[in-house]
Amino acid sequence: MSAVTAAVPVPEATAPTKGEGRPTPWWGMACLIMTESTLFAGLIGSYFFLRASSKQWPPPGIEEPKVMLALIFSFVLWGSSIPMLVAERGIKRGNERTLRFGLMGAWILGAAFVAYSLYDFHELHFGWRNNAYGSIFYTTVGLHTFHVFLGLVMSVVVQIKAWLGKFSKERHVTVQVYAMYWHFVDAVWLVVFPTFILSPHIK
Amino acid sequence: MAVTDVPSQETHGEVDAEELEEIWADAPGVPGFFSTIDHKRIGMRYIYTAFFFFFVSGLMALVMRSQLAAPNNHVVGPETYNQLMTIHGTTMIFLFNTPVLAGFGNYILPLQLGTRDMAFPRLNAFSYWIFVLSGIFFFASFLIGKAPDGGWFGYVPLTDKAFSPGINLDFWGLAIVFVGISTTVGAVNFIVTTFKMRAPGMTINRVPIFVWSILSMAFMVLFAVPAVTLAAGLLELDRLFGTAFVNPHLGGSVLLYQHLFWFWGHPEVYILFVPATGMISMIIPVMARRPLAAYLWVATALIAVAFISFGVWVHHMFATGMPVQAMSFFSAVSLIIVLPSGVQFFAWIATMWKGRVRFTTPMLFGIGFLLIFLLGGITGAMLAVMPFDWQVTDSYFVVAHFHYVLNGAVVFPIFGAIYFWYPKMSGRRLSERWGHISFWLMFVGFNLAFFGMHILGFLGMPRRIATYPSGLGWDDLNMISTIGGFIFAVGTGVTLINWFHARWWGKPAGNDPWDGDSLEWSTTSPPPEYNFASIPVVASRHPLWDQRPLPTASSTGDEATKSLGPEGAEHHETPETTGLDARPQGTLDLPHPTYLPFLLACGIAVFFVGLLIKAILVGVIGAAALVIALTWWAWRTEVDLA
Repeated sequence: MSAVTAAVPVPEATAPTKGEGRPTPWWGMACLIMTESTLFAGLIGSYFFLRASSKQWPPPGIEEPKVMLALIFSFVLWGSSIPMLVAERGIKRGNERTLRFGLMGAWILGAAFVAYSLYDFHELHFGWRNNAYGSIFYTTVGLHTFHVFLGLVMSVVVQIKAWLGKFSKERHVTVQVYAMYWHFVDAVWLVVFPTFILSPHIK
Repeated sequence: MAVTDVPSQETHGEVDAEELEEIWADAPGVPGFFSTIDHKRIGMRYIYTAFFFFFVSGLMALVMRSQLAAPNNHVVGPETYNQLMTIHGTTMIFLFNTPVLAGFGNYILPLQLGTRDMAFPRLNAFSYWIFVLSGIFFFASFLIGKAPDGGWFGYVPLTDKAFSPGINLDFWGLAIVFVGISTTVGAVNFIVTTFKMRAPGMTINRVPIFVWSILSMAFMVLFAVPAVTLAAGLLELDRLFGTAFVNPHLGGSVLLYQHLFWFWGHPEVYILFVPATGMISMIIPVMARRPLAAYLWVATALIAVAFISFGVWVHHMFATGMPVQAMSFFSAVSLIIVLPSGVQFFAWIATMWKGRVRFTTPMLFGIGFLLIFLLGGITGAMLAVMPFDWQVTDSYFVVAHFHYVLNGAVVFPIFGAIYFWYPKMSGRRLSERWGHISFWLMFVGFNLAFFGMHILGFLGMPRRIATYPSGLGWDDLNMISTIGGFIFAVGTGVTLINWFHARWWGKPAGNDPWDGDSLEWSTTSPPPEYNFASIPVVASRHPLWDQRPLPTASSTGDEATKSLGPEGAEHHETPETTGLDARPQGTLDLPHPTYLPFLLACGIAVFFVGLLIKAILVGVIGAAALVIALTWWAWRTEVDLA
């Protein structure tokens, strides 16, 4: 039977850091956000590439996207970051009640946005097979809506955990990381919305 | 820092190694096989699986070379030739080079950092399963005789539904998207591990160059892979669902596809090449018995390459008729990227110059790499110049160039790394004599096979052709190339036999067969499941050379330091340290073996099969499995944390 010997601590290098560093899941989510941002950047780049190589945009027979309703529900989505921030701040102070209702508020606003998006897709007079405009529109906006939808699904898991009292002042990395994802999805819409809904109006 | 002045080796307590084995071991047999999350087992699997693909697609290359050995040959028909060419290129890039480097990274990186596993061990297992399942997915096309035949680059409109109506190309497009998940997840793991899991004292300027190279590679992956996912993904949307991204009749653009593909494609060259140079930067200093010259310059060069590599992609598209002003920018950047590679090159030469070189097998592969990379680098700079590029574009000159960089300058370091690190992985040494024989066969065979292709290119031989008429002056060079290809193959086979021979009958290696400088040589060969009972404390770039004996840390009651000593190993924990100066920051509970990564990967595989055969039900089943596995995973995570 062999034995492994432990040596003395080396004071300077092994002295714990004073500051509070980021947990590893935070870094993981930051990396995921970087690569997902690149994916959306590629789609937006593709949008302008296709636009630059066509004579008329949107192509003949397709109207410019309607702005008013889209704008209202955009603010609903962006607004959902506020209850999410409230939830985060709540659990940082150990307030589980604020966490639960913050998460639920963000979920309701996010769900309203997804419902609007589905309605809007339904109302569109063109399909994604008609032309490249339709293809890039449905793919990008659809991918974003899908991300919001995924966020709602993830939220269910986080909310159940919150109601079961699994999070505390000390242990809430899941909330922190989930909130990062949610804010990211909102931030993507800050770029997708002006590109796909507003920019076709610029002639 | 007065690290080495500490009164040495005062024993704090003894830990039973057998007890640790029990805490860390996988379940035996099949359950352990599917549930392991040990970075070393996963690393070895990556290497084995990738080499399986290497030899299969290498054999395909031999069939192609046999076909091209003589004019008007009939070894295989043009249809089969196109399939072989497509599989060979795709496999070598996606299923051999990228994953084999990830395999070495997986195995070596946590050991060099002095930690007990990767940051996300379950994601690590997931990444491997995705890789192997996407490989099976891709090769299934070959087994049912419907292999993709549109070239490894899949240019439209050739690969459009109109011109490639079969299912062949769908295997290709979906496999590209599929395997990209594996590469991305692996990259995230490498980045977080490098920043958060280093042994105390290993400040960012003491990190081994191999780790720098993996870090640089991982960042390139994060920003490059989404582009190829889009290229192949949009192509597949067109093919499967009839969208119009690459259909010019409906406002789509074939150039868009090329832009997206090469926006990934050129960084990809560096994604492969940079870790290979990292291996060389580990091998040369150890074999020259002195620290690497210009460490800071080399580390900076590795990061610089990662940035510059995103500004060169259009040099693959000089012949597509873009404005010359636009192309000039990319031509200039393509010339600039030579500089960081030059910095590394001179650092290696200086290291050898000032050291006393041992001509061991890893070193031979290192020197062979230098010679081949020199030539591949020069032809690369030549191709960056537009008028030259226009002359040789789509000719065998290009084939010669990218085999010099992707085969010579990546595969030679990988073989060097096998001879260098296999003793650590298995505890046994490979035969030096057969290593030398393998190297010389590979080196001579390689140059015979590929040097003549430069000249063939000048003589006007186009690439991607299945045969050619006689009387064009191409016959002799093609025959020489084929002979060289077979010699090269024999050389790789010698290493394969050497590997399996050493596995059972090799001489014991000991902990540190090469007198190495980095932390992986401080643990046993092969390392125990927990890598280090006590985490080493680092005070130098070359801890094993400068810190004798290597001090190790012990646990204190503090939350941040409690896992440094053997108590951490007993509790299945590993320390978390700060990003730049590697001070203890917290303790990570490492997860235990689980089937979740495998189940999740299977769900994704079923989903992709559903897309391939356009069966909604299969797709839904895959997606459902995916959601269940993910939810379960998210649920379990909190259990592990609490």
